[in-house]
Amino acid sequence: MQYTEIMVRYGELSTKGKNRKNFIDRLGFNVRESLHSFENLVIKAHRDRMHIQLHGEDYEAVMKRLKQVFGIQNFSPSIKVERDIEKVKVTAVEMVKEKFKEGMTFKINTRRSDHNYQYDTNEMNDILGSHILREVPGIKVKMKNPDMTLRCEVRADGIYLSHEKIDGAGGLPVGTAGKAMLMLSGGIDSPVAGYLAMKRGVDIEMVHFFSPPYTSEQALNKAKDLTAKLTPYVGKIRFIQVPFTEIQETVKEKVPSGYLMTIQRRFMLRLTEAIAQRRKGLAIFNGEALGQVASQTLESMAAINDVTTMPILRPVVSMDKNEIIKIAQDIDTFDLSIMPFEDCCTIFAPPAPKTKPRIDKARYYEERLDVDALVQRALDGIEITEIKIGDTFLNQEKKVFAELL
Amino acid sequence: MIYFDNSATTQVLPEVLSTYNAVSEKIWGNPSSLHAMGEQAFNLLEQSRKQIADLLHCNIDEIYFTSGGTEGDNWVVKGTAIEKRPYGRHIITSSVEHPAVLNSLHQLEKLGYDVTYLPVDENGRVSAEDLKTAIRKDTILVSIMAVNNEVGAIQPLKEIAAVLEDFPKIHFHVDAVQGVGKGIQELLEQDRVDFLTFSGHKFHAPRGIGFMYKKRGRMIAPLMSGGGQEKALRSGTENLPAIASMAKALRLTLENEEKKVAQQKAIKEKIYNHISKRSKVTVFSKLNDEFAPHILCFAISGVRGETIVHAFENYDIYISTTSACSSKKGITSGTLTAMKIPDNIATSAVRVSLDEKNTLAEADKFIEIFDVLYEKFKKINS
Repeated sequence: MQYTEIMVRYGELSTKGKNRKNFIDRLGFNVRESLHSFENLVIKAHRDRMHIQLHGEDYEAVMKRLKQVFGIQNFSPSIKVERDIEKVKVTAVEMVKEKFKEGMTFKINTRRSDHNYQYDTNEMNDILGSHILREVPGIKVKMKNPDMTLRCEVRADGIYLSHEKIDGAGGLPVGTAGKAMLMLSGGIDSPVAGYLAMKRGVDIEMVHFFSPPYTSEQALNKAKDLTAKLTPYVGKIRFIQVPFTEIQETVKEKVPSGYLMTIQRRFMLRLTEAIAQRRKGLAIFNGEALGQVASQTLESMAAINDVTTMPILRPVVSMDKNEIIKIAQDIDTFDLSIMPFEDCCTIFAPPAPKTKPRIDKARYYEERLDVDALVQRALDGIEITEIKIGDTFLNQEKKVFAELL
Repeated sequence: MIYFDNSATTQVLPEVLSTYNAVSEKIWGNPSSLHAMGEQAFNLLEQSRKQIADLLHCNIDEIYFTSGGTEGDNWVVKGTAIEKRPYGRHIITSSVEHPAVLNSLHQLEKLGYDVTYLPVDENGRVSAEDLKTAIRKDTILVSIMAVNNEVGAIQPLKEIAAVLEDFPKIHFHVDAVQGVGKGIQELLEQDRVDFLTFSGHKFHAPRGIGFMYKKRGRMIAPLMSGGGQEKALRSGTENLPAIASMAKALRLTLENEEKKVAQQKAIKEKIYNHISKRSKVTVFSKLNDEFAPHILCFAISGVRGETIVHAFENYDIYISTTSACSSKKGITSGTLTAMKIPDNIATSAVRVSLDEKNTLAEADKFIEIFDVLYEKFKKINS
């Protein structure tokens, strides 16, 4: 079928009262970003629905992208027909015939936003229903749970027919909940935390610590690729890389090994907070889950959290590893995450980190360091990259390889 | 020239060869090197692995590269024997396996392992019932091929998998060397299958390369110990040109598989219908779904297999006695013997084996020559 538009129904937005307009504007913006590469689309975000006019673009490719945009409850590919009942009949029969299987049941569901049309809802249902019954032998009408619901919308500019309702990603439009920083390592958990943050409308920017030559270019590219995996939900994401070598070397030199990890993390948090303040972020997200590793005991979280008053949100805190992996697989970050490159969490990992570090001791050991200067120098070395849908970093030869394979 | 010996080996496709050359010339770093050249080679290695995993609908960490079918079979059989030695020393296989499995097992027998060889019926197939009775408490491995290389019988892998559902600890190995691009992917991709072994040159890749599927969580000892490649399970610097070209060959072979299988079936059927009418011909392969679409094994009584092969060769048609591995040794086919075919008929057996490059026109030509030869043999023998 040559569909002419995709009709998008909003999700939780409809319950958001006064903010509704902001939400819809934002969703419209996000959809435009996400569908940027389809040049012929015309996107109109109205109060109750969004209409994406296809003008010849491949509707399946558009729907694939659309499924990843948060804030959409569901959507339907539709065909626009002139307001001529004969033409509507023809298209309706075509639509049914394409999906028809022996014994199939159907119903017509008409909705009119233009009440001036010559037929009312019941008349439309009747006209189309009886026409289909005549034209498609073997089909039956069924009001409860039919195999196919043919939706017919009468609007001022035409009549829209559709029969599929495809689930969207749900959640809230990214950006409607404000901006926050995500501490992105290269592991399984942090991309999942980022995904969950975005799902609730948070506009995230990635903060990634790297320590050359201890960590390789590959580890950095892996983090960028993980970021790229999350871009379809928003269009583009800023990736902020923070040089961490000097801090790690200094900490390693001056702090007893049991507190290496705690103090390194305190630095990461200080840096992320400083970046958030500069970039008007309101909170920090990370992928910590309780009890997975030494840094993730409650004692440890408390000792690390001590350096900031900014909210630290941990979307996966109470999930089991398997639950996290499940989401990572669904959003296709898992295979990347398990690629074995050293990241700055694994190098300088002490043989026996304190699982119950004390805040006073952490503070005491830090007195030996020039914390402010170290933080400042790291901030001075920040690099920001904008990562867009389809970017790849780790495996830039992919195109060359595609020819070989 | 008509090449009907594709179960022995296949022709390397030109586009596969061009990958081989391009990789040899341009991406020749060692995938284990840390520098950019090594990284590039590593990326291509993993990209090839991913392509193969995608084609087989499995995970990327379940594919291990080997030097071919023989290594794969040796690895699964001996690697399992070593790994699971503390748990048992009994192995079950069929009496029609490839020598790579059978001779590996003979070696293990000398080391004190106990092997049960399941009998086959007149079609060369084992029965799941026999398997069930053969299973013991100390059984560690069941190794059954997907497609018999001599007569083309497809083993009842579904039924076997069903029996093994109740014995989750036993390794289930399927030698899939003859099963690529033959429309039996569904059988190979069953959940209960733990190991699959493949050989590149049976599907238009170069010699000396193959791969093994090992289900996540299954443990196997390495046979090649060394520098730790392939997650320390198969050491040795990766043969990257061959690996990349095998990934390509697999993709090309599985493209339009249905259509290709239908064509091979049609050729087989045409030849089958023609020759099976002749009184002196015994056909061992059938046309039903229990046989692969590409193998047709038959005998002309009173004429030695190698005589038939050479007679066809005079007309530029290449077929073989039952399997390439045994054809030069002059021994009768293990599969036919196991099928209880009398020796005097088994020595007359030859095999026609097809692939997607073969055409119906070639079948016509084959039939024409067959008739000429058949009449000639009849005269001599009468």
